[in-house]
Amino acid sequence: MSVSDMFVALQGALTADQDIREEIRKVVQALEQTAREMLTLMQGVHQGPGFQDIPTKCQKAREHFSTVKTQLESLKTKFPSDQYYRFHEHWRFVLQRLVFLAAFVVYLESETLVTQQTVAEILGIEADRERGFHLDIEDYLSGILTLASELARLAVNSVTAGDYSRPLRISTFINELDSGFRLLNLKNDSLRKRYDGLKYDVKKIEEVVYDLSIRGLSKEATGGAGGEK
Amino acid sequence: GFRKRKHDNFPHGQRRDEKENVNPSSALMKSFKSFQQELDTRHDKYERLVKLSRDITIESKRTIFLLHRYISAPNGEEVLHDSQVKLDAIRRKIRQIAQELIGEDMYQFHKAISPGLQEYVEAVSFQYFIKTRSLISIEDINKQLIFKPEDREDTSMIFNYRDLIPHTLSLKVTPVDYLLGVADLTGELMRLCISSVGNGDMDTPFELSQFLRQIFDGFTFIGNTGPYEVSKKLYTLKQSLAKVENACYTLKVRGSEIPKHVLVDVFSTKTELIDHEECLS
Repeated sequence: MSVSDMFVALQGALTADQDIREEIRKVVQALEQTAREMLTLMQGVHQGPGFQDIPTKCQKAREHFSTVKTQLESLKTKFPSDQYYRFHEHWRFVLQRLVFLAAFVVYLESETLVTQQTVAEILGIEADRERGFHLDIEDYLSGILTLASELARLAVNSVTAGDYSRPLRISTFINELDSGFRLLNLKNDSLRKRYDGLKYDVKKIEEVVYDLSIRGLSKEATGGAGGEK
Repeated sequence: GFRKRKHDNFPHGQRRDEKENVNPSSALMKSFKSFQQELDTRHDKYERLVKLSRDITIESKRTIFLLHRYISAPNGEEVLHDSQVKLDAIRRKIRQIAQELIGEDMYQFHKAISPGLQEYVEAVSFQYFIKTRSLISIEDINKQLIFKPEDREDTSMIFNYRDLIPHTLSLKVTPVDYLLGVADLTGELMRLCISSVGNGDMDTPFELSQFLRQIFDGFTFIGNTGPYEVSKKLYTLKQSLAKVENACYTLKVRGSEIPKHVLVDVFSTKTELIDHEECLS
């Protein structure tokens, strides 16, 4: 085979690769659009009246997840299933955001941390690499870290809205999350960088709890009063 | 001022108590324990691959140095044989990589092994060029990276290790790794060209300039369809080509005037100049 033939073949392979990337990019763009819509919807919980209809908002968000499911379904068909990590970068960001949204919805509904398995189910993907398009553990953990900063914000805003018990519950939750992350030996990568931000969220929430407790507001909240909600 | 003071007054003892309140056997903690395991396994594998890749890089560089001696040494056959032995050793390392990647998505760990593979492509294509004066194809490279358990000494160990291991292991060099390796090869060919003149070999430079031009044309054909790294190498490739072409030019123009033993001196000063340039770029 002559040198020029070899390069023609290589060029063909590279072009095919680019075509796949182009297709993936289109689907990812649509996914990002859906994720943005959901984010806007969920941002509503931070506003005063939003606290009353958290369940409605969660319900609406759950409806959006069915769109996400079909979009992810079409993303799966755009590339060979055994080359997930080859194109991983393209959907990494949006997938992390979707994990966050799913985790946020589940937290608001049940005040628990969503498992990797459940997120995968909500998004209609697999939790294991062996079984196809899956949720990478690092992406899952990144999404959870985003949840932590969102909850820090929520703690502040729920005090403003007169809900003094929520910050206490968030504090317990974040502390458990923090202890969880402490178990991990993270490498010096992007996940580690985001984990480094967790301590500021923990600190923020502790400050809120402190403010409430020195004013006796936390007792009022736990002492059965809690009628704000 | 106020905020800071408030934080200083924070009851630290109470905070510690709160931390201890976390139930170590809760569902959350259990799942994080399994995450810890999963991430550690993944990082360990990554580190092992990085180490293998580094070993491959070092050995490949040594092979290339050895092959540079081919022209000057009177016993060229021996050098070729030695390089073959070295390349076989490198392939055993690559086999270990293939073994690590059984059941894995190769691209997940691609960053770890890519530098080693590129260097290997460079070494193997350099040897191939010296032997056949042509460019090795990516298919030929990949063919050499299919490993049968039978022809290796450590066969028995592998079978004891796990029954699930398939009979043949293989690793594929990606087109991009191949292209980057070939781009590095051109740098070696440039060195070969200059040193062959130093040895009074007047034909090799012309052959090389023709070969390099073919590769350069190939890369221009690919242009920017490839990833960024490939287009970056194109610049260095252009420089190498220019050096070789200038050498050929000098040979043509002045070769007829200057007696051969003096010509060597003309070039040895020229080589220094080129080396100096290379340091700068």
